[in-house]
Amino acid sequence: MMSLLDHIQGTAALPEIFLVVAAMALLMFGVFREKSADIVNIAAIVVLGIAVAMVIWGGEGRQEAFGGSLVIDTFARFMKVLTLFGSAVAIVLSVNFMKTEKIERFEYPILVLLATAGMMIMISANDLVALYMGLELQSLALYVVAAIDRDKAKSSEAGLKYFVLGALSSGMLLYGASLIYGFTGHVAFPEIARALAAGEPGLGLIFGLVFLIAGLAFKVSAVPFHMWTPDVYEGAPTPVAAFFAAAPKIAAMALFVRAMLAPFSGVLPDWQQILVFISIASMVLGAFAAIGQTNIKRLVAYSSIGHMGYALIGLAAGSPEGVRSVVIYMTIYLIMTLGTFACILAMRRKDGQVETISDLAGLARTNGLHAFFLAVFMFSLAGIPPLAGFFAKYFIFMAAIKANLVTLAVIGVLASVVGAVYYIRIVKLMYFDEPAERFEPMVTEVKAVVVLAGLFVLLFALFPQPLNSLAEAAAASLF
Amino acid sequence: MTVASLFFYLFSVVACAAAVMVISSRNPVHSVLFLILVFFNAAGLFILAGAEFLALILVVVYVGAVAVLFLFVVMMLDVDFTELRRGMLSYLPIGGAIGLILLVELILVLGTWNFSSEAGKIAEPIAPGGVTNTEALGLILYTKYFFYFQVAGLVLLVAMIGAIVLTLRHKAGVKRQNIADQVARNPATAIEVRQVKPGQGI
Repeated sequence: MMSLLDHIQGTAALPEIFLVVAAMALLMFGVFREKSADIVNIAAIVVLGIAVAMVIWGGEGRQEAFGGSLVIDTFARFMKVLTLFGSAVAIVLSVNFMKTEKIERFEYPILVLLATAGMMIMISANDLVALYMGLELQSLALYVVAAIDRDKAKSSEAGLKYFVLGALSSGMLLYGASLIYGFTGHVAFPEIARALAAGEPGLGLIFGLVFLIAGLAFKVSAVPFHMWTPDVYEGAPTPVAAFFAAAPKIAAMALFVRAMLAPFSGVLPDWQQILVFISIASMVLGAFAAIGQTNIKRLVAYSSIGHMGYALIGLAAGSPEGVRSVVIYMTIYLIMTLGTFACILAMRRKDGQVETISDLAGLARTNGLHAFFLAVFMFSLAGIPPLAGFFAKYFIFMAAIKANLVTLAVIGVLASVVGAVYYIRIVKLMYFDEPAERFEPMVTEVKAVVVLAGLFVLLFALFPQPLNSLAEAAAASLF
Repeated sequence: MTVASLFFYLFSVVACAAAVMVISSRNPVHSVLFLILVFFNAAGLFILAGAEFLALILVVVYVGAVAVLFLFVVMMLDVDFTELRRGMLSYLPIGGAIGLILLVELILVLGTWNFSSEAGKIAEPIAPGGVTNTEALGLILYTKYFFYFQVAGLVLLVAMIGAIVLTLRHKAGVKRQNIADQVARNPATAIEVRQVKPGQGI
């Protein structure tokens, strides 16, 4: 077995291979056994857990697989653990929801597993072909799970919209990749970097780079390629939206970081200005467009657009500190988002799930725990000290200032002040308005996610060191 | 002008013209037929580039399977394409403007055509002399590009699962043939004997 893996140079990619094989085995199990959704759900979570262990104890330092198509370094390992964790929590959150909404299907966890395998390929991708293959594997599975509630028009609409716009962005990305290949003669990241170092980059290459960035910006839902996000989050079932906001964002951001820094660090000023524009536009749009929203899922969608803008500041810095701040930001973002979505999932009355912000009115008096933790997440998303979200933004802005992007940092701070308005409006609604009808009690696993994520956000200030040093090691492995 | 470049321009011009017709013809069946024409001309371009395997695959797979499938879909689903295209004229100015900007940018790129010194290598034939296209593809597809091949397989698997998840419906009360049950029938289970009283019926 091991010698076969060595022969195909796949030893370092063992977690990916395991994930894919396990997904196919579970697919077989699910097809041949009736009513298998519960077992497949649990098995999928176990598989993701084993994959985490395999990633963590899979070796040290920089390894390559499949002739250099995939690279596994500290950065990749850290981001993979985050992604696997995000996917596992998304499955945990979905179990009860799918049951009560009667859309329980064993294919859902399997599609999540296959999407996660695609994300792991994205994170490790070390050439343009692996980048595209990973991205397509992930996206295709995501289009399907967006429409998994196929009898609801909104869910089908979300899936179709995501599919059409995703295909468009893949087309742009491929066009960019083909231009880069044509002008440098290579698809592998190290060789593109070498070809760029050898001579002056032509306008054609920059053209390709712009298209590549456009494709990647779509995947992280940064402005001006963000239009799909609010519609898809609103239309997709809530746990699916939680999944979309968590794991794929981590993977796409990791891919973005590697695809910019590994091959194109030599032309930093060329892509830096694009990223500066994208991040300013995302932060400003995320802050202003969210103010008028009445649906909480749309609000979180705009908030995630804004957050991607902040994370891109760190990438625009193009320095080890910048990458370190992106890693810290994405970790904290993942946990805040999962916690927020768990709170949204708990907005359930006798006659079903509710999603409007006004339904939260007076929650503090009907369910104190729910209101307290949602308030914690809102304050943290707004970036108010001493919560985790503040530190995430702090590191980002510090990295930007060190890289002489002071204007960008100032705009970021201003946008986060505007953004605080709508986060705090929700807190005000929950604590000072007349109570609306009370929600059903939270299910155990949702409550567990809310409390654990809330404790992380609250207590991060006391123990920032482990994450800080891990992020530092991850960032160092890219330079 | 050599014969090869004459054919290159012939194929390219017909392909571009047919591509325009695909999106502008009123009848969807005509659109699909023009699409087939595009595929044939693209196959011709592949042959000129010396990639005869890809050319034939294009004809076999795209013309033989995909385009025919399109044709079936167009004929089976009663989609009113003129209705769908009603908004096209109102979006034409902005779409045209964006297209024009992109065209100008592309021309600018053409103006500063600047390849890396290593880019010339990709124009060289990959296969060593005397090896056919098919053999050359086979030599690298399952060895050097084994990983991509497998991931492409996974993408197709996801597409298949997706199609089943989104469209398959198990209807209650559908009678299915069960051959084992049919074979296992004997007179005792298959025939029910009723005593019918005269004049009353069943």
